[in-house]
Amino acid sequence: MLNTLMEAFALISTWEVIIALLAASVYGLVIGSLPGLSATMATALLVPVTFYLSPIAAIATIVAASTMAIFSGDIPGALLRIPGTPASAAYADEAYAMTRKGEAELALGAGVWFSAVGGIAGTLSLMILAPPLAEVALSFSTFEYFWLAFLGLMCATLVARSSPVKAIAAMFIGLLVACVGIENPGGVPRFTFGFTDLFGGIEPIPALVGVFAVAQVMRAMLTPEPPPIPKRKFGSIMAGQWKLTRKYNVQMTRGNIIGIIIGVLPGAGADMAAWVSYAMSKRFSKEPEKFGTGHVEGLVEAGASNNASIASGWVPSLLFGIPGDTIAAIAIGVLYMKGLNPGPTLFTEKASSMYAIYLMFIIANLLMIPLGIVMIRLASHVLRAPRSSIMPVIMLCCAVGSFAIGNNMFGVVTVATFGIIGYVMEANGYPVAAMVLGVVMGTMVEQAFVTSLIKSDGSILPFFERPISAILAALAIGAVIWPVVLWLWQRLKRKSPAATPAG
Amino acid sequence: MSRITRRAFAASSAAVAAVAAFGFRPALAQAYPARPVTVIVPWGAGGGTDATARIVAALLEKDLGQPFNVVNRTGGSGVVGHTAIASAPPDGYTIGMLTVEISMMHWQGLTELAPKSYTPLALMNEDPPGIQVSSTSPYKTVKELADAIKAAPVGKFKASGTGQGGIWHLALVGWMQAMGLPANQVAWVPSNGAAPAMQDLAAGGLDLTTCSVPEARAIIEAGKARSLAIMAPARNPVFPNVPTLKEAMAIDYSTGAWRGIAGPKGLPADVAAKLTASLKKVYESKEYKEFMSNRGFGVVWGDGAQFAAFMDKGDAAMGVAMKAAGLSKA
Repeated sequence: MLNTLMEAFALISTWEVIIALLAASVYGLVIGSLPGLSATMATALLVPVTFYLSPIAAIATIVAASTMAIFSGDIPGALLRIPGTPASAAYADEAYAMTRKGEAELALGAGVWFSAVGGIAGTLSLMILAPPLAEVALSFSTFEYFWLAFLGLMCATLVARSSPVKAIAAMFIGLLVACVGIENPGGVPRFTFGFTDLFGGIEPIPALVGVFAVAQVMRAMLTPEPPPIPKRKFGSIMAGQWKLTRKYNVQMTRGNIIGIIIGVLPGAGADMAAWVSYAMSKRFSKEPEKFGTGHVEGLVEAGASNNASIASGWVPSLLFGIPGDTIAAIAIGVLYMKGLNPGPTLFTEKASSMYAIYLMFIIANLLMIPLGIVMIRLASHVLRAPRSSIMPVIMLCCAVGSFAIGNNMFGVVTVATFGIIGYVMEANGYPVAAMVLGVVMGTMVEQAFVTSLIKSDGSILPFFERPISAILAALAIGAVIWPVVLWLWQRLKRKSPAATPAG
Repeated sequence: MSRITRRAFAASSAAVAAVAAFGFRPALAQAYPARPVTVIVPWGAGGGTDATARIVAALLEKDLGQPFNVVNRTGGSGVVGHTAIASAPPDGYTIGMLTVEISMMHWQGLTELAPKSYTPLALMNEDPPGIQVSSTSPYKTVKELADAIKAAPVGKFKASGTGQGGIWHLALVGWMQAMGLPANQVAWVPSNGAAPAMQDLAAGGLDLTTCSVPEARAIIEAGKARSLAIMAPARNPVFPNVPTLKEAMAIDYSTGAWRGIAGPKGLPADVAAKLTASLKKVYESKEYKEFMSNRGFGVVWGDGAQFAAFMDKGDAAMGVAMKAAGLSKA
């Protein structure tokens, strides 16, 4: 054990690995923080580079870039209300509200601090609990996935500040968007109108970039400049984080645990972890009315959750070659290419390489704190820059990023279309984040539902028979009934003061 | 300030145009390739096809002295990327990796494209389907499994490995037909590829998968599943304990997912000959062989004409199988 650890240290303490780790960290931070470029894209663009690196350096770049990019997706979310990744979309409104209140440092500091804590918790789970966590992953069949995805969708109503009806409507628009293409259980083209490009369907990233970034630029063109945030020195980023850690200890731990569990389930990933944790935070908070007005509690829990899921997402990848999310899918390709074939032998025969991967995760998460602070300080200048110079740059990033998704104009057109959809939805009070959630989850809900029915020969009983499935079903149905109960209760409450107009 | 920028922009665009014009003209006279070549991959970064394309591109670059840039054009179960290869200008500066789907999609009415829409350059790889069951499954040999399937009512057994009408679905249909059973004797559960199918197999949601053995390898090595047979003419040297269907059941049925390099239709004969010769060197190189055997991928060679004949034969066979499975619209 100690020997392997020493070997692992020797493996990562070469100049090649150190430079690769640092360069990939900076790269990941920059790509993640640019609106329109995602963590998945940051990782995919690294694949050709890893071809020329030694195995450990190659994995170092993937680990560092993905860890940094998921955190730095929070930066444009907080400063401009343009989330960098779908994982940040859940709480972008909240973080932006904090910035408007003059608490940008606290919001971003919480982002970097709790992301690092979450990342390290996730790594520890990978180190200590990989075999039992892998068992959890393998006990999930499509029946369980259906309820899980259903629960994820219900988060849209829990998170939304607008009326639950509008949130559900927005989510259904997202589900409709997810229907486009031929990647459905039947393998039949839907809503493609004969366009080859539409066969691939609408990916969540262009939809996200459109409804948040492009719509934001459109709004900026039509509305007068908001009152400038009072000019003042950007305060300390880390101050107050320790206080938050103690105050929201329970939320942080809960976020870590939820993130680890969701991360381990292949196909769920960081996006769902952030949504579920943010919704849970609101649901169990002592002061849920503060959510949406610039309250840090949800950021703590969701930030801790999405980064924890990144590390634990490697568990099924390393043990079974089953990717936890799109980033892990790319990582598996790199592992194979470098002769580190996933499987249990990786943990026994190549234990030193495994420990090297763990160490790199921990180093990357520690490195995130100083590099993140520098990045936040640099990025904070956009708050002072005139809007007329920020918005064209955002537009350019969106165009470049959407082109890079498929190396063709289709992505650009998609982003522009979603910009218009997002603008119209926002103008009418429909939460666009709920729509993005629908796009993210739509394929999974349908796939899980249809394949489950094929397996059960059309019977819906197995959805409730399997033990984990039954628990998830109870939670999901509870989540459906909850807003209705809440609505009835509010209606009754509203009626009673109306009857006695006291003041 | 803006004036200078505009002037600088004009100058630089003129320079770019000049380079393009002068760079291009000698290209025709000069030996091919005179500038970087784009290699289109219809599947995502990090997957098996992507990895194969990247190793081939790196070795081509070494041999021909120009960069071979891999570009992933994903989506639509391969339709988008295959369309991009076919519609590129046939000058040898855009080639791509074709996969077995090109001989299947046109039968489903998803595209007009067929193997004849390309200039085939080289067949590089073929992976046969395997037959995997969960490690808790009562069936120890493929014969036992086949007998149980025969005895069971239509649709009782559930299998997966890829989407509806994908190559592993067709492999299952072909196997059923070779045993004289209806195409839908085993119900197909569509999945987003082999990895989720193997996970569901281990989770107890499926009875068998028909993806290739390399795709199932990690889960098999984890002791969660076992491979009973492969549908190939010979055993895979990386998995010597897995018998062929012919050995185990005397059923001579084999198919496979293949990958090859092709250009758009109408590639000049000298360019095609040069690329095929270079691809032959790539195929014979130690790096390529080592890389493929490390992943457990099978290697098969065919030059342009052989690749074309191989695709035609496969295309016709796919048509028969897909009609039988009720998947064909042609």
